[in-house]
Amino acid sequence: MAVSKLFGAKIKRREDPRLITGRATYTDDMQISGLAYAEIVRSPHAHARIKRIDVEAARRQPGVVAVFTGKDLQGVINPIPTAWLIPNADLKTPPHPALAVDTVRYVGDGVAVVVAEDRYAARDAAAQVRVDYEILPAVVDQQQAMAAGAPLLHADVPNNQAFKWALGNGEATAAAFKEAARDGVVIAQRFLNQRLIPNAMETRSVVARYNSGSGDLTVWYTTQNPHIARFLMSVVTGLPEHKIRIVAPEVGGGFGSKIPFYADEAIVVFCARKTGRPVKWTEDRRENYLTTIHGRDHITDLEVAARRDGTITALRGKTWANLGAYLSTAGPGIPTILHGLMLTGCYTIPNLDYVVYGVFTNTTPVDAYRGAGRPEATYLIERIVDLVAAKLTLDPADVRRKNFIPPDKFPYTSAEGLAYDSGNYGPALDKALAAVDYRRLREEQKRGPRNGKLLGIGLSTYVEICGLGPSSVVGSTGFQGGLWESAVVRLHPTAKATVFTGTSPHGQGEETTFAQVVADELGLPIDDIEVVHGDTAAVPMGWGTYGSRTTVVGGAAIVLAARRVREKAAKIAAHLLEAAEKDIVFDQGRFYVRGSPDKAKTIQEVTLQAYLAWNLPPGVEPALEASAFYDPTNFTFPFGSHVAVVEVDAETGQVALKRYVAIDDCGRVINPLIVDGQVHGGLVQGIAQALYEGAAYGRDGQLITGTMADYAVPKAHMFPTFETGRTETPSPHNPLGVKGVGETGTIASTPAVVNAVADALRSYGITTHLDMPLTPERAWNAIHGQRREVKAR
Amino acid sequence: MIPAAFEYFSPQSVKEAIGLLEKHGDDAKILAGGHSLLPIMKLRLAQPKVIVDIGRISGLSGIKADGQKVAIGALTTHDAIERDAVLKEKCPLLAETAAVIGDMQVRNRGTIGGSAAHADPAADYPAALLALGAEIVAIGPKGTRTIPAGEFFVEMLTTALKPTEIITELRVPVLARGTGAAYQKHPHPASGYAVVGVAAVVTMSGGKCQSAAIGVTGVAGKPYRATAVEKALIGQSLDETTAAKAAAHAAEGVDPQGDLYASGQFRAHLASVYTKRAVLLAASRAK
Repeated sequence: MAVSKLFGAKIKRREDPRLITGRATYTDDMQISGLAYAEIVRSPHAHARIKRIDVEAARRQPGVVAVFTGKDLQGVINPIPTAWLIPNADLKTPPHPALAVDTVRYVGDGVAVVVAEDRYAARDAAAQVRVDYEILPAVVDQQQAMAAGAPLLHADVPNNQAFKWALGNGEATAAAFKEAARDGVVIAQRFLNQRLIPNAMETRSVVARYNSGSGDLTVWYTTQNPHIARFLMSVVTGLPEHKIRIVAPEVGGGFGSKIPFYADEAIVVFCARKTGRPVKWTEDRRENYLTTIHGRDHITDLEVAARRDGTITALRGKTWANLGAYLSTAGPGIPTILHGLMLTGCYTIPNLDYVVYGVFTNTTPVDAYRGAGRPEATYLIERIVDLVAAKLTLDPADVRRKNFIPPDKFPYTSAEGLAYDSGNYGPALDKALAAVDYRRLREEQKRGPRNGKLLGIGLSTYVEICGLGPSSVVGSTGFQGGLWESAVVRLHPTAKATVFTGTSPHGQGEETTFAQVVADELGLPIDDIEVVHGDTAAVPMGWGTYGSRTTVVGGAAIVLAARRVREKAAKIAAHLLEAAEKDIVFDQGRFYVRGSPDKAKTIQEVTLQAYLAWNLPPGVEPALEASAFYDPTNFTFPFGSHVAVVEVDAETGQVALKRYVAIDDCGRVINPLIVDGQVHGGLVQGIAQALYEGAAYGRDGQLITGTMADYAVPKAHMFPTFETGRTETPSPHNPLGVKGVGETGTIASTPAVVNAVADALRSYGITTHLDMPLTPERAWNAIHGQRREVKAR
Repeated sequence: MIPAAFEYFSPQSVKEAIGLLEKHGDDAKILAGGHSLLPIMKLRLAQPKVIVDIGRISGLSGIKADGQKVAIGALTTHDAIERDAVLKEKCPLLAETAAVIGDMQVRNRGTIGGSAAHADPAADYPAALLALGAEIVAIGPKGTRTIPAGEFFVEMLTTALKPTEIITELRVPVLARGTGAAYQKHPHPASGYAVVGVAAVVTMSGGKCQSAAIGVTGVAGKPYRATAVEKALIGQSLDETTAAKAAAHAAEGVDPQGDLYASGQFRAHLASVYTKRAVLLAASRAK
């Protein structure tokens, strides 16, 4: 067994120098001879019938190569599919044409495409495409969309209801509520999980090149999952999969928004085939806001039943999930599988009765955004646990402890039927409370407001499901793919290594962490290891990066492949050392016979011999590489405790986040720097949902928050220094003992901050529920509504 | 984010720039720091046919004391104003205001003349310029004229400038002994513009407020002087109670604008709170 040297080391990200010095190549940086540019003409209306499209004026514009409409694509480009067909939910999958033919269903829906010699000519010509619309009534709110008489988006979808998905045991839950109504407490609350815009720093971009001679299609594009993109590209374009190469060059963030297969990539491929030119399309930020998927957008009515001692006995609720105008690739799975199945959180809540309605509206399609379903679930459970504590005048930390799944119950089967792999929730909470000196803060709070500032302390003890996932399980949920992962570890004759992963990191740092793992397994210097990802021509197969699965599943595949390489190398070393394989010891890159460390063969010597093949043991093939296909046996369930400390200015309602402590448990940590980075980024996005972000539509379906001057993307100065810490409970089924950590910050932090603000107001006798984002006006209205003056002290 | 085509001129003198404005009339727009014009051009909300980039005209930037005034060249960046030693000593209100404009990138490029000429109703400078009684110096085909700040901001995005005039300089008074000033702002979390921005210039004498000038931005369709507050402050010894009482008039006589972030009613409330805070801070600095 190799002595671990790099596992756990704070190594700086190897990808950063090229990224921060402008030497990385993103899709929009691609330059190919003969490149033309596409501009997609988009609907300015949320709902309208297309009466006529006149492209003649646009065709005559200087520099225009071609103009196409939805009719040109008909029969050539298949409808854009959804890939998460949740079962037992009466899921409707109305067709989604790449370019609208007769009806547009949201502002931004594509109606035509202009191909021109440069981007300016394309934009100018696009403005000359004349579309005659008959404007139809629009609906943007999911509950209104289900009401009688609401405008219908799709002819064959009554009430705009895409699905109805139910979970739990209605009878047992009703009995628990009956009991609680008699002897305990029942609390009901409506929660809104507002719509968010993902805001990857790099907008989406596609470059497509079709060689009509060979029939090969190459598409460089901003995807988190090139192999899924290849599969769907084949489905949508009808081109055979083996003739399609998808390359994800440098990808500047995704947060889920680059998982889906969009109409746009199919349109660009169509243009490249029709014009015989390579074609580039890059969305601008305004287009990004309108057409790249949004996240969240749930309305939930939730009830909780509890005993007077704080023991929670049941949850019952309904959620209306806004799916937008069409089903995005994973759209139906996010508010159901990744949301409903995590509703009871880290608590032993035995009874659950939950229904989710998926609803079509005249808005941008909704899909996975960092956390994807789990932030929504965590928000619900962590908020309502606080409401139980408040109602019973118990400390929210005590109510949490009372309901925690005890450490000796793992693996624990939740009321939703998931098997949590491992957990030990108490120590993380203890550590978080100690970090903020919880008792002292409570005493401080008891003394009342200081300088007109209300002090609030908010907890969030979360657990989440990630490391997606065992293929058979996700298959049973209707996901139209496997979620295993592939790896190839190839040593070259000089013992430099190339590691191929089917995941597709785009900012998460696995070029570093995977190299750390391989360096340990093979005793190689980390600089001798290259991690290759994001190219279907180089990587055998894979399912991409999302759902905090890359290190958990992709890393496991890599460690298994690396161990296979080491086993083969050990055979060759034994042969060279004229010893039995069982007597060979491997230590830090050296093979030797047990007891004789002085006479060793290095991994470099063995690798060279493997390639020279002059003297290999019988039955051993030349070369030194191995592949592995790893399908996990379970998901991983990271957890932790976060504490937010806020001050609310009673005069203005302004919330100031004073401290934020995040104690996370993601199992074993390969690189603490990278884990901290993931946590920090997640916190920023989760806290921003609580305080700043929120997409808003007008009743006519126009996106009001259409630019970064209206939609509050958080800035560094809005946050205190994050205080991070960890406990370590390894995943028992993962070869590396790791759990995902890419989304924990987002999942945990939103309710921590909202709980803190609610706590601040409650300390002042104000119990009004506030919806996010907690703008000054909302907080001030709550305070002002009580008509109380805050006295200085 | 792809602007429409335009013709670009980079005049070397004010005279040449005015000539271009005369020639191209309404088709022409002046480009200074570009932080207001370029974003709307990229969205194609503005499609000027001609851009007159005055950024290369020498002599339009810089800060110098001039007797009882400090003169600031129109092309002086926010960052330069924020850091300038003369301003910090003689008229720190302007430096304090510049320091909270947008973000560092905006402050490095944006100019005071450009901001004034654009007249965004939520820009920061106008509050300070009004409270200070600043003067805007403009030059046009008929020569130079001086416009008091109180007459300069006409309406939302509209100033007293004629289409062929260019701002060359802004003049602010040197603060007298016994006078203090402060700018207090509630920034919009997305844009950084002032949801409410209040500049207060307060002169104290014998523990009482002798005079006060309050400039308010972000609240109404254009920046304004809160004259009712000013009147109510005079003769008062300023404390939390008296300042709050006077500041309650901060949105009097104006129509507070509402948006997704803050309703008109809430803006009016914020105007009172920030006015109170600016007044108290200014009074504490009046020495």
